Amino acid sequence: MATIHDVMPVFELFQPTSIDDTLVLLDKYKKDAWVLAGGLDSFDWLKDRNKRPKVVVDLSGVQELKGVKATPDGGLEIGAATTLSEVVRHPLVKQKFPILAQAAELVASPQIRNQGTIGGNVSQDTRCWYYRSGWTCYRAGGNICYADTPTAINREHAIFDANRCVAVNPSDTAPALIALDAKMVVRSANRGERVVDAETFFIGPSIDITRMTVVQPGDLLTAIRIPATWAGAAFYFEKVRERQVWDFPIVNVAAMLKVANGTIQDSRIVVNAVAAHPMRLKSVEGAVTGKARSEETARMAGDLAVQGAQPLAHNAYKIPLMRNLVKRAIRGEAQA
Amino acid sequence: MNYLVQWGRDPWGEDVLTHAQWNLVYVVLALGVGFMVGHTLFVAFWPKPAGPQHAPMDAAAAARIPARVTRHSLAARMFHWIMAASMLTLLVTAFVPILGLKFAWVELHWMAGIVLTISIIYHIIHASFWLDFWSIWLNSEDVAEAIARFKRAMGQRAPAPRKAAKYPWDNKMYHTAIVLSALAVVPTGLFMMKRVQTPFYVRNPYLFSDATWGVMYVLHGLTGIGLVGLTIAHIYFAIRPEKLWITKGMVFGEISRQEFLEHHDPQRWVVDKQ
Repeated sequence: MATIHDVMPVFELFQPTSIDDTLVLLDKYKKDAWVLAGGLDSFDWLKDRNKRPKVVVDLSGVQELKGVKATPDGGLEIGAATTLSEVVRHPLVKQKFPILAQAAELVASPQIRNQGTIGGNVSQDTRCWYYRSGWTCYRAGGNICYADTPTAINREHAIFDANRCVAVNPSDTAPALIALDAKMVVRSANRGERVVDAETFFIGPSIDITRMTVVQPGDLLTAIRIPATWAGAAFYFEKVRERQVWDFPIVNVAAMLKVANGTIQDSRIVVNAVAAHPMRLKSVEGAVTGKARSEETARMAGDLAVQGAQPLAHNAYKIPLMRNLVKRAIRGEAQA
Repeated sequence: MNYLVQWGRDPWGEDVLTHAQWNLVYVVLALGVGFMVGHTLFVAFWPKPAGPQHAPMDAAAAARIPARVTRHSLAARMFHWIMAASMLTLLVTAFVPILGLKFAWVELHWMAGIVLTISIIYHIIHASFWLDFWSIWLNSEDVAEAIARFKRAMGQRAPAPRKAAKYPWDNKMYHTAIVLSALAVVPTGLFMMKRVQTPFYVRNPYLFSDATWGVMYVLHGLTGIGLVGLTIAHIYFAIRPEKLWITKGMVFGEISRQEFLEHHDPQRWVVDKQ
């Protein structure tokens, strides 16, 4: 169904050089505008001709959106248009929040990380091929999910929160940012600046079936702030994918743990690619607090993590996969 | 036609209905506000017809009216308010996200739908066996009365209408509109529940074809939008000063003798047989 065309549909291209100018454009064109950062998600949509924006706003000239800087509280602020490669290599990221560097390094391939941005990585659309093929499914504004039929190819789809749509969030950096309790800075010409917890930045189909994040037409994700709260804490990130390079996650897990004398004092554990939004496992976090970081605790956490999972026709394998990833995150074992 | 409905394309390349056109919500909201303003001005400034407003009533029958008259039993009032709460929940969960305030609405929506459905079933049984079933349905007298009232309101000559039986003709008209809406919105809503995760049964989005689902979604959506208008009108009349006695009657169950004689004909609503 999907047809890659050599030539994209016609659109008007704007290349602003400041955030303020960008916001004016986004406010003026609202739903007709498409924000272009690294272009890795965008060009798929545009070349498939399944999205036909009237206006494309290219952020590559907005220097304010780029770079990593330390904040007075000991945290970091990362511009939304900072490339994933810069995030991976930046000494402050590696020193304070290595889980983010690790997650970003597992995104796709070096070429893609050189071009792709962290803002784009967290804002990217789902990879559900039925949706991306241009059919009028729920997510595309229709009233049906083609991925949830007895014969559908839904191996990579959701096992949680399948509220009509069963697509999953494909981001690798998103779970790491939620585990770090990051704040997403969203600006718009009308509403000014909003700072949204990364945990609530991502939304599921129960809230809005046509969007993956709280970013609406007219909004721009400008930066990601990571507080110092989890700097230097023990962490675990693991991504499982079909092939070991250049692939989206089947399931990934990000965990931050504060451990003292072998006992877990506090934790934030997030799994992605099992629902339309990264899932923070609060029940698991509560259950492991005060427990020894042991095999027994890990097993209990893994079992608890998958409670309530509802597999589709072909993705029941994700349940043991997720269980084991959470188990490994608690154990903190070295990755293969 | 595209002003009313949205179309999509299925994997076989066929055009199928998907939804009502949600911009109609804004149209209905605007019409609702326009109606309220227009009616308020009409009542305030339009000249009233000359002569008696109602035909004379039987004095002997009027003398038999007690000081307090039961208008709605506790059971009937409970139905009304439960239905009202579920209807408001349904409208808010359906349309507020469309208007821009996003929240997890699906579960609240189907739960309120279940409450509404149960309350309607209860109402049908209660009205069939414990109430005067036909008293709320429009009849030929109501139509003639409505025509006469309209003519008089427009300044034309028409006989003064009789006072109402238990339910005035406009109440009956509203009830009819609500019944027709419920016939469209409840069955389609119950079928649509089969497509979402509930504790009642296994989700099956493929109970019907895309085209059939499309018709259901459109019917459900258009009726829902219509119900926004009906609800605006209902709440508007419930809080109008000259109608407050009806609202109080729905809260407390009773009306006074004076209110009865002012608005009802004791020969058409025989209270001593209640």
